[in-house]
Amino acid sequence: MEKTKKKKRKTFTRRDFLKGFGGGALSAAVVPQLLAHDIDSLRTKKGNIPLFSKKQISLTVNEKKFSLVVEPAETLLHVLREKLNLTGTKTMCARGECGGCTVLLDGNPVYSCLYLAVRADGKKITTIEGLATKEKLHPVQQAFIEKDGYQCGFCTPGFIISSVALLNKNNNPTLEETKNALSGNLCRCGNYSRIHEAVAAASKNMRRA
Amino acid sequence: MSDAQKKEKSFQSGHKIIGKPLARHDAWDKVFGKTVYADDYFLPGMLYGKVLRSEYAAANILSIDTSEAEKLPGVKAVMTAKDVPNNETITRFGQTHSVGGFEGLYRILAYKKVRFRGEAVALVAAETEVIAQKALKLIKVDYKPLLGVFNPIEAKKPGAYKVGESESNVICSYKVRKDDVEKGFALSDVIVENTYRVPAQDHAYIEPESGVAWIDDDGVITIRVSTQVIEHFREVAEVLGLPHNRVRVIGTMIGGGFGGKEDITVESYLALLTWKTKRPVKLTYTREESILAHGKRHPYFMKYRTGATNDGKLMALEAELISDAGGYVYLSPWVLLYSTVGATGPYDIPYVKVDSYTVLTNNTFSSAMRGFGVPQVCFAYESQMDELALRLNLSPLEVRKKNYLKKGKAMATGRVLDRYVAFPETAEKALAALGEQSKPKSPAEKIGRGIASGMTSYGRMVFLHDTSRSYVGLDMDGSVTVRCGVQDLGGGQSSSLAQIAAEVLGVPMKDIKVYIADTALTPLAGTTTATRQLYMSGNATLKAAKEIKKNLLNKAADILEVKPESLDLQDKKVVVKEAPDQTIPLTDVIATCASDGIPLYNVAQFNAPFRELIDFKTGQGQVFPDFTFGTHAAEISVDVETGKVKVLKLVACLDVGKAINPLSVEGQLEGGTIQGLGYALMEDVVLKKGVTLTPSLSEYLIPTSLDVVDIDKVMLESGDGLGPFGAKGVGEPSVTSIAPAVVNAVCDALGIRIFDLPLTPEKIVKALKKS
Repeated sequence: MEKTKKKKRKTFTRRDFLKGFGGGALSAAVVPQLLAHDIDSLRTKKGNIPLFSKKQISLTVNEKKFSLVVEPAETLLHVLREKLNLTGTKTMCARGECGGCTVLLDGNPVYSCLYLAVRADGKKITTIEGLATKEKLHPVQQAFIEKDGYQCGFCTPGFIISSVALLNKNNNPTLEETKNALSGNLCRCGNYSRIHEAVAAASKNMRRA
Repeated sequence: MSDAQKKEKSFQSGHKIIGKPLARHDAWDKVFGKTVYADDYFLPGMLYGKVLRSEYAAANILSIDTSEAEKLPGVKAVMTAKDVPNNETITRFGQTHSVGGFEGLYRILAYKKVRFRGEAVALVAAETEVIAQKALKLIKVDYKPLLGVFNPIEAKKPGAYKVGESESNVICSYKVRKDDVEKGFALSDVIVENTYRVPAQDHAYIEPESGVAWIDDDGVITIRVSTQVIEHFREVAEVLGLPHNRVRVIGTMIGGGFGGKEDITVESYLALLTWKTKRPVKLTYTREESILAHGKRHPYFMKYRTGATNDGKLMALEAELISDAGGYVYLSPWVLLYSTVGATGPYDIPYVKVDSYTVLTNNTFSSAMRGFGVPQVCFAYESQMDELALRLNLSPLEVRKKNYLKKGKAMATGRVLDRYVAFPETAEKALAALGEQSKPKSPAEKIGRGIASGMTSYGRMVFLHDTSRSYVGLDMDGSVTVRCGVQDLGGGQSSSLAQIAAEVLGVPMKDIKVYIADTALTPLAGTTTATRQLYMSGNATLKAAKEIKKNLLNKAADILEVKPESLDLQDKKVVVKEAPDQTIPLTDVIATCASDGIPLYNVAQFNAPFRELIDFKTGQGQVFPDFTFGTHAAEISVDVETGKVKVLKLVACLDVGKAINPLSVEGQLEGGTIQGLGYALMEDVVLKKGVTLTPSLSEYLIPTSLDVVDIDKVMLESGDGLGPFGAKGVGEPSVTSIAPAVVNAVCDALGIRIFDLPLTPEKIVKALKKS
């Protein structure tokens, strides 16, 4: 799979790419963004790449499968909030500065405001709504309640997701590791210490379990 | 205080729920991501609103052509000033009592002249956000750029460019006069004179302004919005020319406010668009728009002259304060009054002269932000105190201890402090909590320590005649409903009310349901500003709950044939105090009351102390109900090669009166301290000729988890506050004195002083080179 992808990329030229849009005017910002992604997945049967046409994608969100038609420029955040009504993931800056829109994508934390929905095709996504089971809270959620890890609560989903991502990879982080892992999330209520405490408490509980 | 000590204290007071570190009732929804914030709300057929904003800071609008935008398919409304029934309104303060004097013009949409970049010029509602955005680009506004004025000192001069329509850019000025200040300087051995400057600070609440409006079945315009003041409904009604009761505002849980959602934000725009289209409309600002469109903490220029005798006694203080109000008046006159009264800090000074001015410029307007004019002056007077200490060869604590106000002493404005003044206690405890001084880890690293004290009011100015109301009702199963028009900013405002009702009525927290922030359905409780909700609505809720308790105990006393005073409510039972095993289930007493027609509900109103306006010639009189006293202490290291400041230890020590929920109080102390830390070290809204150069969170920097240390929160509980159970307010006091504490620590480390915030590495390196 990886090999064929590489091969295909070699044959791809900027001219082909532009031809795909009928040589029309192209915003300078769109090109590098698209080039960075898996452009081949956008090709039609004829080999063209239609920028402005919609695309069918399938996502697994919180273990449920969804099949959706999305705009090429639509972000994963937009899809989650506006199409799947999963509003726990927040829009705070919409440009990758604050971490309020963090979700897990195949287990890794990503800013869903910068992640195009087409790129998430076939991927597994976990949002704040998907952490708890019917029976119990996720240990991180439990710890956020116990340690008062939130104030206004608006950044909380992003922080919880980033914390889960950290603990899934490192179940016993040091304070410095926790701070680093959460440095992409902003909390204006200034509740950081209690968030760090919550992560430590969750880590302890997860190791015990 | 350790958890064990807290428990001990709570036990001694006999409280079951008050004083306990409980998880707030909104915790579960928040960690599940289920809380429905303003932008999380969707209605069928909903349109999306957008605001066209001025590209110029100062310009005349010659014409606006909306025809192309209107033609765009999917556009349902385009509105400009001419479409607004009452486009000109006056800034009010969210409540009913009018004091006159400082009302400032405020326009819903710009008309003829724009006063700051980002001022709203036109509104659009369309089927999708993308269409609305496209429509904005099709509106043609013909501007004639004007000169503008961007510095309040320039704007104050006669003949300066006129920002608004009046002759002078000076909105108002105040004075404080206590004896003849020159006499005080003649009696001083040492005089320290400096000029300080503080920048605009942005609230940077992580939830941008947002709301959804619709017209309900009865034709009432209903706005569900993230606001600190649901009582702007009156202003919105006046904009539309409707009776007040035809506009309803429902406040959502707020994703941070810090004063920035005290002024009206999206409400009028939403009301206009839904009124025009008859469809639900959503309007959410982008981050950049939020930074351009809401008021900032006022930038100030502060000239201070402080005199003391050789043994460290303060004799004289003279201050001149000039604040930059930006393009419109908003809350600038009140913020300035807070600064003026607060200009002398918590010190007893015999000779005082303060002059203050707030001035219009073509910068983004300034308005309320946590601390409301007090952190600015605290930075100046606490820097002065350290400079004096240095000159007098005294320690910073010694010089302060010689001058702190005490209970029974009068402030410079003549107000006698009639309650416990937590000085020098907070200062001694804050300094002690720093422990042993850290050692530098490299030759380039210098370690320094600083303290700063502040006094910050809680509750609104007493001449505003502030009131709050709350409803408490019992149901047949003993569950309790509280209805109160408080807005919940995330500080635990509504959860504290639940705790108070639970404590008085002897029911567990899980049996309390609180409804908040709905102008149609909850008794109006005033603004969630001025650190007033626990004080005001806490007292109203306490009063209502006590009335019900009285009814229940009277009835139970009849049944048991004892005196009501011998009874109490505990664990959903009426208990005989002297014989705790003798009880009646609460539900039995409720059933009897219901059957006998005894009210099981109460709506109580709490009135703050009412006073009349102060004497504006001398500044003498009472402005605030009471104060919260506190001291911050900081230990930092500075790298003298890079200028980078690293915070090693921070202590916040405040007399909180009584911690209703210690977890929430700690949260406030911590949050305020970190916001103040940002103010000290990194936050700076940079404007060049009225253009914001920091319109995003990657340019306007706020503290992240890497910038903070674990803050040592030392809570004193004097029990001497005006709030319920002796509580004081802490929301704003928590931010007041941290910036000067950090600055004093940096100066201690380097041996040089920096007079303007923030202390960026660049500024420090420059100052070091200069010295």
